[in-house]
Amino acid sequence: MNEITKTLLGLISDFKADFKGAFNIREDSECAGRQSSENIKIFNKTDGPGVVIQVMPGTKGETVFIPACVTRSNVNDVAYNDFYIGEGCDVTVVAGCGVHTEGEEEAQHNGIHNFIIEKGARVLYQEKHIGIGEGTGERIINPVTYITMAEDSYMEMDSTQIKGVDSTKRETRAKLAAGATLIVREKIMTDGKQYAETDFEIDLNGENSGTHLVSRSVAKGESRQVFRSRMNGYNACNGHSECDAIIMDNGVVSAIPELTAHNVDAALVHEAAIGKIAGEQLTKLRSLGLTAQEAEAKIIEGFLR
Amino acid sequence: MLQLKNISFSVSDGIAGEKEILQDINLTIDDSKLVVITGPNGGGKSTLVKIIAGIEKPTSGRIILDGQDITDLDITERAKLGISFAFQQPVRFKGLRVCDLLALAAGVDAENKEEHDALCSYLHQVGLCAREYIDRELDSSLSGGEIKRIEIAMTMARNARLAIFDEPEAGIDLWSFNNLIDVFENMRQERERSILVISHQERILEVADEIIVLSKGQLVHHGAREDVLPELLGQQGCGFCPHHRKGCE
Repeated sequence: MNEITKTLLGLISDFKADFKGAFNIREDSECAGRQSSENIKIFNKTDGPGVVIQVMPGTKGETVFIPACVTRSNVNDVAYNDFYIGEGCDVTVVAGCGVHTEGEEEAQHNGIHNFIIEKGARVLYQEKHIGIGEGTGERIINPVTYITMAEDSYMEMDSTQIKGVDSTKRETRAKLAAGATLIVREKIMTDGKQYAETDFEIDLNGENSGTHLVSRSVAKGESRQVFRSRMNGYNACNGHSECDAIIMDNGVVSAIPELTAHNVDAALVHEAAIGKIAGEQLTKLRSLGLTAQEAEAKIIEGFLR
Repeated sequence: MLQLKNISFSVSDGIAGEKEILQDINLTIDDSKLVVITGPNGGGKSTLVKIIAGIEKPTSGRIILDGQDITDLDITERAKLGISFAFQQPVRFKGLRVCDLLALAAGVDAENKEEHDALCSYLHQVGLCAREYIDRELDSSLSGGEIKRIEIAMTMARNARLAIFDEPEAGIDLWSFNNLIDVFENMRQERERSILVISHQERILEVADEIIVLSKGQLVHHGAREDVLPELLGQQGCGFCPHHRKGCE
């Protein structure tokens, strides 16, 4: 594992010297370290690049780390990782991706994660994306997440991209069976000429399935963001999506919701609010002794916490 | 000591031209005094305290704090000189927690456990269970009464030289109101601090050292509570209207 990978791992997963429990570290399309645990097995896919993560039924309290790092320009990494979360599990998956460029050529990671979550299982999925390095080459991360949730399963997905990624297209597709719940919290900040696109499509197939999507984003400089959420209710279900964005300078944010109810008992709601930082918020913090710049930074820090 | 000298404030009123909100206000707020500003709605009370805090700039006149002319200082600079302001309608923040705002007010680090715990005392003083509120976000999940009490706690945490409260009683329940009176009584014990409160409540007027009556942008009364309050309570209708003596049209 090279030093850039160690730095990136620290930024995306609080990596110190090593990971405890099961992990797989992907570095420039190669495996830089792997460990399975008694309950979580990790092995190579046979039909393409990537790994299979198999969590045995009933596994509780374990964390598995699946980070991917691209440490140099001119790498176009693609990984297909399949997660099988057994019945009754309660586990945490820490993924995330760091991209570093030092030259003019771009560096790119495309991570396709496929989650199969069995009956009654609970998963906390944390995904942090970051770009670093002095190179002028574009740092690109395109994560795709497919989620299939069995009856009464539960998933929380925390997705964060705070800086350094020039272009990202984030696609999430989920299908929920009866009683399944999916919570998504997304935080994005873009600056300069960066572009970020989020595209959710969630099918609420089962009775009493539910989802709650919360996206908070800040677009600074000349950056652009698009938030697209499609929720389809095929049964008595609850779907709520919320897009809150702060725009600064010449930032542009679009929020495009699409709700389709195929059942009279499908309750689908979308809320979106896009605008600059409220003047009264700045005034309040300045009345506590902060300068206008400090107040702005504090408001953004809280907003993206 | 805070002195306002010939403070006037006007706004553009479309085709009608300039509208005078405050007219030539002169007043002195002495140290260690609890001063209540009262008067009819639209009389200029909130504008006056916003001018003191630097949120609005006067059209003319000077503001002197402890001998220093602060008229041209902005909100931040005045806050650093010890002016604290509790908003009539507190501001909500998505993501910032009660402890974050209290820590900013008190000038401590919310992430430091000891300092974080110390902030709880301010919530106790406004009758809120600290454990329940300290880590909550200051967002729309809080009721009007809850956020109002947090706003007051924030002003207490500032430990300011001049604490300004714009209608602190608005939106809070009776139990909290009793608590609020105690808050003012306790704050008054500390020397060299002045407290300026906009209020219409008789019970707050009763604990004032001095009362100021503002009506139609003019200062119509300023004196000791004992002198002003009986007259104020005895007035009917537009008794404190500056045109009263000439008769209302």
